[in-house]
Amino acid sequence: MAVEVTGGDAFFKGESGRNTRGLLRLIILCTIAAAAVSSRLFSVIRFESIIHEFDPWFNFRATKYLVQHGYYDFWNWFDDRTWHPLGRVTGGTLYPGLMVTAGTIYHALRALTIPVDIRNVCVLLAPGFSGLTALATYLLTSEISDSQSAGLLSAAFMGITPGYISRSVAGSYDNEAIAIFLLVFTFYLWIKAVKIGSITWGALTALSYGYMVSAWGGFAFITNLLPLHVFVLICMGRYSTRLYTSYTTWYALGTLAAMQIPFVGFLPVQSSEHMAALGVFGLLQVVAFTEYIRHQLPSKQFQTLLLALVVLSFVLASAFLVLLTVSGTIAPWGGRFYSLFDTGYAKIHIPIIASVSEHQPTAWPAFFFDLNMLIWLFPAGVYICFRDLTDVQVFVVIYAVLGSYFAGVMVRLMLTLTPIVCVAAAMALSQVLDTFLVAKSPVQPVEADNASAAADLGTKLKAAIPDSLRSTKQPLVGVYNAVSKLIVGGSVTVYLLLFVLHCTWVTSNAYSSPSVVLASQTPQGQHIIDDYREAYYWLRQNTAPDAKVMSWWDYGYQIGGMADRPTLVDNNTWNNTHIATVGKAMSSREEVSWPIMRQHEVDYVLVVFGGLLGYSGDDINKFLWMVRIAEGIWPDEVQERNYFTARGEYRIDQEATPTMRNSLMYKMSYYKFASIFPQGQAVDRVRQSKLPSEGPELNTVEEVFTSENWMIRIYAVKKDDNIGRTLHEATAFQKGNKRRKAGKRKGARVLRVD
Amino acid sequence: MPPRKQVSQPSPAAVSPAAVKSTTTTAASQPLKPQNKSTARSTQNSQDIQEIALGVWNKYVEQTPQRTKLLDAFMAFLMVVGVLQFVYCVIAGTYPFNAFLSGFSATVGQFVLTASLRIQTNPENKADFADISHERAFADYVFGSMILHFFCVNFIN
Repeated sequence: MAVEVTGGDAFFKGESGRNTRGLLRLIILCTIAAAAVSSRLFSVIRFESIIHEFDPWFNFRATKYLVQHGYYDFWNWFDDRTWHPLGRVTGGTLYPGLMVTAGTIYHALRALTIPVDIRNVCVLLAPGFSGLTALATYLLTSEISDSQSAGLLSAAFMGITPGYISRSVAGSYDNEAIAIFLLVFTFYLWIKAVKIGSITWGALTALSYGYMVSAWGGFAFITNLLPLHVFVLICMGRYSTRLYTSYTTWYALGTLAAMQIPFVGFLPVQSSEHMAALGVFGLLQVVAFTEYIRHQLPSKQFQTLLLALVVLSFVLASAFLVLLTVSGTIAPWGGRFYSLFDTGYAKIHIPIIASVSEHQPTAWPAFFFDLNMLIWLFPAGVYICFRDLTDVQVFVVIYAVLGSYFAGVMVRLMLTLTPIVCVAAAMALSQVLDTFLVAKSPVQPVEADNASAAADLGTKLKAAIPDSLRSTKQPLVGVYNAVSKLIVGGSVTVYLLLFVLHCTWVTSNAYSSPSVVLASQTPQGQHIIDDYREAYYWLRQNTAPDAKVMSWWDYGYQIGGMADRPTLVDNNTWNNTHIATVGKAMSSREEVSWPIMRQHEVDYVLVVFGGLLGYSGDDINKFLWMVRIAEGIWPDEVQERNYFTARGEYRIDQEATPTMRNSLMYKMSYYKFASIFPQGQAVDRVRQSKLPSEGPELNTVEEVFTSENWMIRIYAVKKDDNIGRTLHEATAFQKGNKRRKAGKRKGARVLRVD
Repeated sequence: MPPRKQVSQPSPAAVSPAAVKSTTTTAASQPLKPQNKSTARSTQNSQDIQEIALGVWNKYVEQTPQRTKLLDAFMAFLMVVGVLQFVYCVIAGTYPFNAFLSGFSATVGQFVLTASLRIQTNPENKADFADISHERAFADYVFGSMILHFFCVNFIN
């Protein structure tokens, strides 16, 4: 510990010193956990205890189902209220770890006669687990680093760093909430297993890995990192029997554990993502066998032969693997995984992956924003690992390199980088603190025998070196000095305090706003815009329980969760064609969209429109993605080019293209919008452009609800006309303009067939 | 792959006492394997290799402790079972794939666990496993096997 003071020496030495340090460590860890929990509560205190974002609404809904119906029903749950005509086999297409954890906590609390609402369990799950993550980081760092303060520092970093808080504030009930804890804890167990080499630690790693598999799709990171670690160790000539026991135990048990999850199924033996683990498993068998033989035999020739055998079998196995992949027995990399390596792949081939904002490359400021001073301590920590490279240190280096690469490719993977940044930064900082603050102890012996040894040295030096070098006169000037200690200690303290300030500020301002309610600052104070829930509750209370709602996929989970109505598409984008169908219906003319909507039994269409409020995340701004995704399936019918003006601009005003102005989305968004402004002064505040004075006409749908700030607009799809006219004719007739139709009627009519 | 430096270093000094203590190979049937491969690769020192393999086999039979031999017999048995399952799978197809996987990975997993136990209880490896006693190693082995069999039974449906 870095708190060594002359007066306190008695406290920190001997048997009682160990107890004191243990107590201090416990207090510090508890404080860190408390800080981790409390810094995530901004949004609950400011607004209310609700689920944020989009994905968590599905998790919440699934958890409610689990709590109501029990584990078995949840496992076999066929959800007929999403992906309307298709439905979703939910039990087999989700990672159940999060829901089962929340459900178990709920039941445990009830058993303790603390009946807490399941919503509160879900909202506060992420802060609770972030406290555990801090503890796991402490354990991990303590295993990696010799310094006793590194563990505590890294726990403190992990507790409050915004890179992790961004995904784990109260209310963000997402898979990452427990996954990061499991990630760190699995790594801790793995490190422990590698160090000790016992089967138990390997088996525990496998169990923790199994839990991680059940919780998050990011388990592939672990599946590839551990084999890579082992492979690098073998290549460095650091193979040991401990490596064999820990890795093979982990692989044999972990793979079986992973296959128990229905969503994962046979993937661990069939997909390319998992082949590295299998390959290293095989390689390890060969290497272990070779090592044995080598120990038994004196013949040098034979050893070279065996080495050749290892290389040969490795090459053969790789060739075999490539053959299997090419022939299709082993599935190639999934699109999401593949796009991490070929960064242009998603944009060209799978627009739906590229359309998600989290899948963009990370900008530099994001690293400083999320990690502040840790980001520049991080390389120093990795460098320290290089200085004495043990098996464990190699792991840190590999994780750091891989994690930085992935975080650079995708914003969202900043999350997997954060733990190692905290660990490495803590190692660097504790190195600094240990060097400068604890340097007192070497000072005294040196000064004590200053007379003999140092003077001796001094005279020798003086004899050897001329007086011109100042350092030779006083060889003991340096970090032992109280001034240098004070300066370094002080500046580190200042940096640490600034770090805390930065983290709190970022958490409070950037990451603690629920996306369900929008807050806007007015001169009178904070003003809450609650249009989402207004609209969803209107749907919930004023429509039939099985009325199908069509919206863009972003809002699928929220409609399912808050409005409790069946949807056509949702955030689980497993069927691209179905999403393209919705995209086509939104981006086509009414005559085209209406049959599509009728075929899919759509009753209501919901669009999000931010033109009045200046809310930029609305459907018109997402419209081009709808067009692109639809174009991917029907290139003849929907063309992105048609939505741009002749000069290639995306406009919504007078100069918008006819295709744009006739698209269903445009019409629904701007229907009657001009009427709330004085004549000719309608302005869209997001696009900053003036709208044409006469708004679009709607024939096939009718407006049934528009929220207070016009953010959500809901339209009902009209039924077939009673007397068999097209809806355009019917509306035209109702408006009384028969003139145009009259001319047409005389045109070519065909003979009645029947 | 271990670099070549290490290949040559330990051999003259470290091996001869180790070979006197106990000569071991991973499984009883193992020494035959390199023999086959090497005869295919280079015919000229096949005589040597045969001698070496024979020597190893004799030493193994004479000097391995009874308990280790028992473990080796178990591992050989597991290997045979695994190979049989695999051959059957190749012949009959993989229709209940989960059943094949759980059966096969039970043998593989148990083989690996037994190999780990064998490594940990080998007196030669005392240095690597300083704080794992033989009883502890066995308890670990039981723990690992229990988990393995739970997963296998669960997965076979």
